[in-house]
Amino acid sequence: MARLKVNGRVRDVEVSGDTPLLWALREQLELTGAKYGCGIAACGACTVHVDGEAIRSCVLPVSSLTEANEITTIEGLSRSGDHPVQQAWAELDVPQCGYCQPGMIMAVAALLKSTPNATDADIDSSITNICRCGTFARVRKGVHLAKTKS
Amino acid sequence: MSEILSPSRRGFMIGVAGAGMTITFFTACATNEETPEVNAWVQIGRDDTVTIRIARSEMGQGTLTGLAQLVAEELECDWERVVTEFATPGRNLARNKVWRDFSTTGSRGIRNSHDYMREGGAAARMMLVSAAAARWKVPAEECAARASVVTHAPTGRTLRYGQIAAEAAALTPPTEVALKPASEWTIAGQPKRRLDTADKLTGKHLYGADLRLPGMLNASIRQAPKRGAVLKSFDASAVASMPGVRKVVPVGDAAVAVIADTWWRAKSALDALPVEWTPGEGSDFSSAAFEAVLDEGLTAHQAFVGNSAGDARGAIRRAARVVTATYSVPHQAHAPMEPMNATARWTAERCDVWAPTQDAEHALEVAAEAAGLPVEKCEVYPLICGGGFGRRGFADFVEFAVAIAREMPGVHVKALWTREECMQHDFYHPTTKARMTGGLDAQGRLTGLHIRISGQSISAGVAPERLVNGGDPGVFQGLMPPEAPRQDHVLKYSFPNLLIDHAMRNPQVRPGYWRGVNSNQNAIYLECFMDELAHAAGRDPLEFRLAHLGASPKAAAVLRAVAERGDWGKADGKFRGLSSFHTYGGYVAACAEVTVDEHGVLKINRIVAATDPGHVVNPQQVEAQVEGSFVYGLSAMLYGEITVENGEVQQRNFDTYESLRIAEMPKVETIVMPSGGFWGGVGEPTITVAAPAVLNAVFAATGKRVRNLPIKDQNLRTA
Ligand code: FES
Ligand code: FES
Repeated sequence: MARLKVNGRVRDVEVSGDTPLLWALREQLELTGAKYGCGIAACGACTVHVDGEAIRSCVLPVSSLTEANEITTIEGLSRSGDHPVQQAWAELDVPQCGYCQPGMIMAVAALLKSTPNATDADIDSSITNICRCGTFARVRKGVHLAKTKS
Repeated sequence: MSEILSPSRRGFMIGVAGAGMTITFFTACATNEETPEVNAWVQIGRDDTVTIRIARSEMGQGTLTGLAQLVAEELECDWERVVTEFATPGRNLARNKVWRDFSTTGSRGIRNSHDYMREGGAAARMMLVSAAAARWKVPAEECAARASVVTHAPTGRTLRYGQIAAEAAALTPPTEVALKPASEWTIAGQPKRRLDTADKLTGKHLYGADLRLPGMLNASIRQAPKRGAVLKSFDASAVASMPGVRKVVPVGDAAVAVIADTWWRAKSALDALPVEWTPGEGSDFSSAAFEAVLDEGLTAHQAFVGNSAGDARGAIRRAARVVTATYSVPHQAHAPMEPMNATARWTAERCDVWAPTQDAEHALEVAAEAAGLPVEKCEVYPLICGGGFGRRGFADFVEFAVAIAREMPGVHVKALWTREECMQHDFYHPTTKARMTGGLDAQGRLTGLHIRISGQSISAGVAPERLVNGGDPGVFQGLMPPEAPRQDHVLKYSFPNLLIDHAMRNPQVRPGYWRGVNSNQNAIYLECFMDELAHAAGRDPLEFRLAHLGASPKAAAVLRAVAERGDWGKADGKFRGLSSFHTYGGYVAACAEVTVDEHGVLKINRIVAATDPGHVVNPQQVEAQVEGSFVYGLSAMLYGEITVENGEVQQRNFDTYESLRIAEMPKVETIVMPSGGFWGGVGEPTITVAAPAVLNAVFAATGKRVRNLPIKDQNLRTA
């Protein structure tokens, strides 16, 4: 059993404490926006925010969280899919297969929150998500476009 | 049959508890009153919503949107009201293959279906116009369609498609339809936004891995880690009491799976499950030892000739100067971001499968076989794939899902692989080496060229019916002679004396089609060696190439375009490399600009890429494919290597099978230059020029030739 605060709501989840947050979100709370890509914190597909910070949820056991931690998933990033990053992504048609994109968008949203004027160097050092389709050119453009929307 | 699965009802929606999302899985069936099916491709609602059926897969490459544009163009419908749905292979069989081919490999999604899909759109438009004309009792010739409205020109009367769709559907389809020339396109050829983006930005889009169906159980699977090994035993009692575990089952003779309520619990139990395997053929295979076999093939007497002209060996013997080099490429994993998965529900009467597949027809055959049922009693509902790159053209993951579901009759079971399983049980990009030999005359002209390829044949491994007299013509993609049946893979250079042959040497590592397939290594071999020859001859690599492209203005044009935009030959202290190739019917070229610092660290700064696929349906999506091709191709060049030791793949996840990150992504400038008159591929051609352009630039920067891939930890200063 764990008590988590996800997208503003406190929820009880019936899982053992060592269950990664990713699987509690996906299988108990039916929030499948965060994806399973590697399970070892190498790809970023599972990125969510914990207290505003981008976290790879596939290696974070729910036992390390309490209801005091604010967890935000892609489903809770904005009310109607209109977060500046989502707007920029739509305008530039960033996703290809899209599987990595919820994680990518959450990573970028966290970057822009902490560094609203993120430079290319900031992008290079903090966005390390894997995208096998290769959307990086548009991701970079998208970050800069999103800056103008916030 | 559960109601959700019923293929006889259209537009069923499945509510997903809690999250308030809905997803339409499929429809693709008979007409109904609310949304009449005008023909197999087009269904129109009273509200003018146009539903376009798509049989090819969507895995990120944008084919779904492109095909919809082509149908919409001829249909003359309102693009803003277009939605799509996937046709299903079971319905396709029941309807006499009305949607034709589902296979989405070989960059053919658009180039092999544009004609009949455009005809479908045009036929539907003609029927709509006829229906309107009949209502007005005027000749159809006086009516014209535009943006989902039929107008009777003399009187100015109008009818919307939604008002006449039912009547149109009842008409006999025209036997002759004329298609618009590309010059008149207004929807096709435009940089329309993709139709599948919105839900990918909010987490709403459900991939196969995300699927939840009523009562669904989850399975985690482990296959024999060693090549050729089979399952000996497992001790189910050791995990039976773990939370959520329902059943532990053998899957075929070389895998075992745990079925549990959630996937995490299934996986945890599988991790704890004691399993023993019996080694088999290939269980002692090692990539390192196989090197010697490949080397032997480089000089072996017997080889299958793929292309020959004149007398290459004689010309090389008589050459003033002979240049030789040996190149090698290792196995690669596909590693699409969404791990392999399929969801199945089996009963003794029926089997239904939901799968992200690149070939739903093949998936259906495999599912039926695994289900022990006739195909008519099975169906596959194709899902948008989280990447494919060729991996999802195979259907092993469907076979496993059905085999597991048979153990739980009547229950939906999702079988999702771990990343480790995906990495260790792929159909790998084949490994080959090439011995390149070129003869130059005293003036530095190339008089003879011999390319000896030694190594793995994909056909021999997975499609032996494609072999011809024991040889594999597919090995010569992009290097084929002018008279080849596969015109889309003809070598565009003309060489006076040429020999390209293949000594087949097959390792015990199952091969597969990997984005670009054999064109990847062929372009590396040829285009890096052309650079070597140019330098040996003291000639400019651009001019050296163009001297052999006189017979192919299209190939010359893309090469000139990248040279010009890429500042080739500019004395600005920057290091550049060129490459060009013709493959999958597309003409591509690249000019890369790199720096290599004093420690040997490579930075790829800029790549200019040109592509001429004949017709372009969506230029912004072509650009996306070109940009993405560099990520995929350069990931392989920099890091990609699958090695096997004692029968076991050594790479397990993205920590040991690295992929390019955004910090390493060069600036890509794409020149889309459709010359019209033919339909070439887009998804694959550009990947073939990625590595050679960069490797040639590395030589320009360092004077070092990297001939064995990946670059990985080779020091580019001291290598
Ligand atoms: S799934 Fe968590 S980082 Fe890859
Ligand atoms: S869009 Fe497909 S992996 Fe990133």
